[in-house]
Amino acid sequence: MSFKLPSLKYEYNALEPHIDARTMEIHHTKHHAAYTNNLNAAIENSDMAGMSIEKIMAGISKYPVAVRNNGGGFYNHNLFWEIMSPDGGGKPAGELLDAINSSFGSFGAFSDEFSRAAATRFGSGWAWLVRTDNGLVVSSTPNQDNPLMDIADVKGTPILGIDVWEHAYYLNYQNRRPDYIEAFWNVVDWNAVSEKFHG
Amino acid sequence: MAFELPALPYGQSGLEPVMSEKTMGFHYGKHHQAYVNNLNSLIEGTRFANASLNDIVMESEGGIFNNAAQVWNHTFFFESVTPGGRGEPGEELARAIDRNFGSFEKFRDEFGKAGTTLFGSGWVWLVKNATGMLDIIQESNAGNPLRKGLTPVLTLDVWEHAYYLDYQNRRPDYIKAFWTIVDWQKVGNRYLQV
Ligand SMILES: [Fe+2]
Ligand SMILES: [Fe+2]
Repeated sequence: MSFKLPSLKYEYNALEPHIDARTMEIHHTKHHAAYTNNLNAAIENSDMAGMSIEKIMAGISKYPVAVRNNGGGFYNHNLFWEIMSPDGGGKPAGELLDAINSSFGSFGAFSDEFSRAAATRFGSGWAWLVRTDNGLVVSSTPNQDNPLMDIADVKGTPILGIDVWEHAYYLNYQNRRPDYIEAFWNVVDWNAVSEKFHG
Repeated sequence: MAFELPALPYGQSGLEPVMSEKTMGFHYGKHHQAYVNNLNSLIEGTRFANASLNDIVMESEGGIFNNAAQVWNHTFFFESVTPGGRGEPGEELARAIDRNFGSFEKFRDEFGKAGTTLFGSGWVWLVKNATGMLDIIQESNAGNPLRKGLTPVLTLDVWEHAYYLDYQNRRPDYIKAFWTIVDWQKVGNRYLQV
């Protein structure tokens, strides 16, 4: 059994003007598809074949770098598509908002910290909101690493993530990564994030 | 004394169609310029305030290193290419390439492979070591071979910003096109000088 590229729950143009259709299509059909194919090739005939992606991530220090890079790329993009929606934006509510307030002081303080983590990640990588044993934490990881990996500085369950590889925004924003990050908040699907928070 | 963005040795449309005018406008005009600006503001009031760029690249860490090395790398990169390319590696460098890689084609394949397999952002380098041997190395993000005691001879920027407007995910096409603009006269002279 192999991993499958998931289909999106919205059209490629659904996140415009915040994320353009051409970027979405290349990002999904080329980048995410390549990570998926390369992951399947890397785990074929190994003890990882048949394992869940979460389990592979949790033991990533034992596995070849191709699994770290492509398994991370597969998982991270799955999450990224899931936590965005054309009906997104605004603020979270209920227990997620309570948890954000208790960890960061306010939603504004959280969103500032998350945006800063995304803007200052040098090179390629991701910024995350992570559920940990000590509450919610903002972190960032290089390349396709993520908080599920046993090598991550901040370990836990990612419930929100932003891709800050240049391929995620270059066609639309070029060098203006901060503009992309600001636009991202308009498409965050807080219901999906809340589900991951409770999951 | 503040660092300044070095002038390009050709116009911003000079590398078309390998690197479009639009790409160069951002790559040189925005990215390279931002590294220069960030470096100047970061070194203010530090022990690097009056240091040479080479010394900063060799001795700094963190944000200062990232911006200093990116200034160095981009200047070296933009000086490694020229409209339409120029010449051949020259006798000495050609002989060294044959000796170290077997043939020019094998060198090009190996350098290209290093470019396509570098994961994330970074640079591919042809370097010369203390004994005069050539090698191809990959460096992530702002990495610079001077830090390893190696002498850079040629470099290729494989950050996505270097090719995304023109090639999107097709990094191998960008690398293939790169060979048509390499300034071998310049690269050959670098090999002789160091
Ligand atoms: Fe991506
Ligand atoms: Fe660059």
